Amino acid sequence: MANITLREIAHSYSGPSDNPDDFALKRLDLTWKNGNCYALLGPSGCGKTTLLNIISGLLVPTLGDVLFDDRVVTKLSTEQRNIAQIFQFPVIYDTMTVFQNLAFPLRNRGRTRKEIEPRVIELAKMLGLENDLYSKAQHLTADAKQKISLGRGLIRQSVNAILFDEPLTVIDPHLKWALRSQLKRLHKQFGFTMIYVTHDQTEALTFADEVVVMYEGAIVQVGTPEDLFERPEHTFVGYFIGSPGMNIVPCRVEGNILRLQEYDLPLDRSYGDLSRFSKIELGIRPEYLSLAPPAAEGVRVDIVKLDDIGSHKIARVRLDDHIFNVIVPELTEMTADQATLVLDPQHINIYGDDIRIGGER
Amino acid sequence: MELELQNISKMVGKEMHIADVSLKLESATLNILLGPTLSGKTSLMRLMAGLDKPTSGRLLVDGEDVTGLPVQKRNVAMVYQQFINYPNLSVYENIASPLKIGGASKKEIAAKVDEIAGLLKLGDMLGRQPLELSGGQQQRTALARALAKGADLVLLDEPLANLDYKLREELREELPRIFSATGAIFVYATTEPSEALLLGGNTAALHQGRIYQFGKTIEVFHRPDNLITAQTFSDPPLNTLPVTKLNNRMLFKSHVEIPVMGDLPALPDADYTITFRPHHLYLQPNSEKAIGVKAKVVVTEITGSESYIHIDVAGLRWVVLAHSIHTFDVEETIEVFLNPDTFYVFDSSDKLVVTPAHMAAV
Repeated sequence: MANITLREIAHSYSGPSDNPDDFALKRLDLTWKNGNCYALLGPSGCGKTTLLNIISGLLVPTLGDVLFDDRVVTKLSTEQRNIAQIFQFPVIYDTMTVFQNLAFPLRNRGRTRKEIEPRVIELAKMLGLENDLYSKAQHLTADAKQKISLGRGLIRQSVNAILFDEPLTVIDPHLKWALRSQLKRLHKQFGFTMIYVTHDQTEALTFADEVVVMYEGAIVQVGTPEDLFERPEHTFVGYFIGSPGMNIVPCRVEGNILRLQEYDLPLDRSYGDLSRFSKIELGIRPEYLSLAPPAAEGVRVDIVKLDDIGSHKIARVRLDDHIFNVIVPELTEMTADQATLVLDPQHINIYGDDIRIGGER
Repeated sequence: MELELQNISKMVGKEMHIADVSLKLESATLNILLGPTLSGKTSLMRLMAGLDKPTSGRLLVDGEDVTGLPVQKRNVAMVYQQFINYPNLSVYENIASPLKIGGASKKEIAAKVDEIAGLLKLGDMLGRQPLELSGGQQQRTALARALAKGADLVLLDEPLANLDYKLREELREELPRIFSATGAIFVYATTEPSEALLLGGNTAALHQGRIYQFGKTIEVFHRPDNLITAQTFSDPPLNTLPVTKLNNRMLFKSHVEIPVMGDLPALPDADYTITFRPHHLYLQPNSEKAIGVKAKVVVTEITGSESYIHIDVAGLRWVVLAHSIHTFDVEETIEVFLNPDTFYVFDSSDKLVVTPAHMAAV
C-alpha cells in the first residue's frame, strides 16, 4: 500500500515534442492518497485511459515520474508495481470454477492451500458468489462473471491499488446498483486505494470520495461529488456533471448585482473588477431554479417545453435567446405559456472565460 | 403503414425466446422495447424485420400477411449498438449509398442527403471519413443512412449504448424530433428506464420473451398494471414489501405494519406486494400518514445533490433517494418513512389492485 504521486507527468503518443497539441495528456501533478476511492471522469478522448495506463505501468509517460511513496516506479511493469486491474469485459477462465478463478492470483504467487481457501470463501461470501463456488464460470450470467473479475482484483491483500476501467458498462441497470454498492462496501472493508475510470457521472459520483474530472487532456477539477455539483471550477464541469447539466448563460456582473438581460438580481457575494475577462457567464443548476406564476415579480420567461421524465419534470424556458432547464416537482401542472423564473442566489456561480470566480461575501 | 404482430412465438430448440407477443404499431410512432439483457428485445426485432421466422403467429403489414417474407423483400432498416459505416466512404457517400442502390438520380440524392444531414446535424461533416468523427457523429451517420433508405420500419437496437453519457443525452433529445419528421415506424430497444422516459413515445415492457404492458411511455411508467412492468420500469430499482393483509392491517413479518386506510379496505384478506419508488421513501415523516420503519444502512451513495441510501429492512433491500447530502455509517440503524399515498399494490398474481392516490388524481 502506498501513496501514488504523478510528478510533472505528460504524454504524447508521437514521442517528445515542442508542440503542446501533440500531448494527449498535458502536464499534471497529482497525488492519490493511500486507501482513498477515486473516480477519473471525462468524455471519450479526454486522456483518462492514458492516465490510468501510466499509473498501472502499461504506458511510460513521455515526461515526468510516477512515485509509489518515495520510490520512482515510472519504468516498472504492472506486475512489479503490484497493481490489480479490472476491465470493461470480465477477464476470467471460463473452464475453471469460480473457486479456481478466485484462487488463481494467489496460486500463481505460490500461496498454500491453507492460506488460499479461507480467503476465497470469505471473498465469495462478500460478493454473493458463495453458492456458485464450484460452478464453472462459463455457466454464469454476465454480472456474476464481472463479480469474479472484481474478486480476482480484490483477492490479494498486498496490492498497492486496484484500477477499474469502465467495469460496469456491460451490466444491466438493475444489477449495476447492486454491484456498485457491493464495491463500495468492499472498499470500506478492505481500504484499498481504488481508481475507477468512467464516462458515467452517476457511477463516478456515487463511487468515489474524490472525483478527478478531465477534459481535453487536462485535469479541470479534483473534488468531492458535492464540490463538483455545487462549485464547478470550469464551465465544462458544470455541463458534464448533472442531468441536465448546469445552465450557463452570458450575463454582466457589477459588484453584487447580476444583470441578466433587462433584469437586475441580487447576488450573495460581491465581485470586483471583471474587465480582464472577455466573457462573463452565469452558471446555475436546474435544481436551483424554480418557476412562479407569470404575474409574480421577477424574470419573465416563455415556457418552451415540459417533459415528464418520471420522478420529476424538466421545464425548458426561454429568456430571449437563452434556454434554461428547470427541474420541477413530479406533480407540477403547467397550463400557461409564461412563467417567472426564480434563481436561488446562494447557488449562482459566476464564470470568467470559463473559470469560476470566487467573489467575496 | 401499420405493423401487426399476432400471437408471435419463437422457439429456439426447446427454449422459448418470444412468447405469444401481440402488438400493433402505427406509422410515425416511436416504440420502445424496454427490458434487461436476454429479455427478447433483439429476438423480437429480428422477427419484425423478417431476419427470423416465428415458430407460430402472424406478421401483418397493413393487414397483409408477410410472415416468412425475407428481409430483402421488406422495406426495413436496422441500426445496431456497434455503429456500422463504410469506413472508406465519406459521410456524404455513406448516407447516399442506399439511395444509389435504389437508383435515384444525382440531383435527387443530393437533395435527400442534404435534408437528412440537416436533420441529424451532419451538414458540416459530409466530406469527412467516418473514422475522423466522434462516436456520436458516427452513430448519427449510421442513423442517417437508415433514414435515407426511406424504410417503413426502422429498428434501433440499443443505438446509444456505446456512446458517452453526455452524447447520449444530446442524441436522446434530438431523436424524437428526427423520428416525428419521418413517417416511419420506429422500434427502439433499451435496457434503461431513464432512456425510455427521455424518449417518450410508446413503451413495451419486456421480460423473458413476453410483453407485460404496452402503452404511452409515461402512462406505463405511472400506471404499470402488473408487478413485472413496474419493476422493469424503475431505476433505481423499485422498493418492494411483501405483506399479508389481516382485517385492518397489512403485515410484513413482525417488522412492518401498515394500517389499512384509503383505497386499501376494499381488498380481501390475502397476500399482496406493496411497492413504492425510491424517491417516495423518506428520511423524515412528511405527512400524518407516514409509517416509520427501522432499517440498517448498507451503503450510501452521493451524487452531489442527492443521496442514494441502500438499506436493509429485515432482509429486504430498499433504496432511499433523498435530496441533499446525507452520510450514514455502514450498519447504522436509521428510521425511514413510507407514505401509503405513494403505494402501488399488487395481488398474488402480480396484478395492480391499488394505484397511488396522487396518480389516480392526475
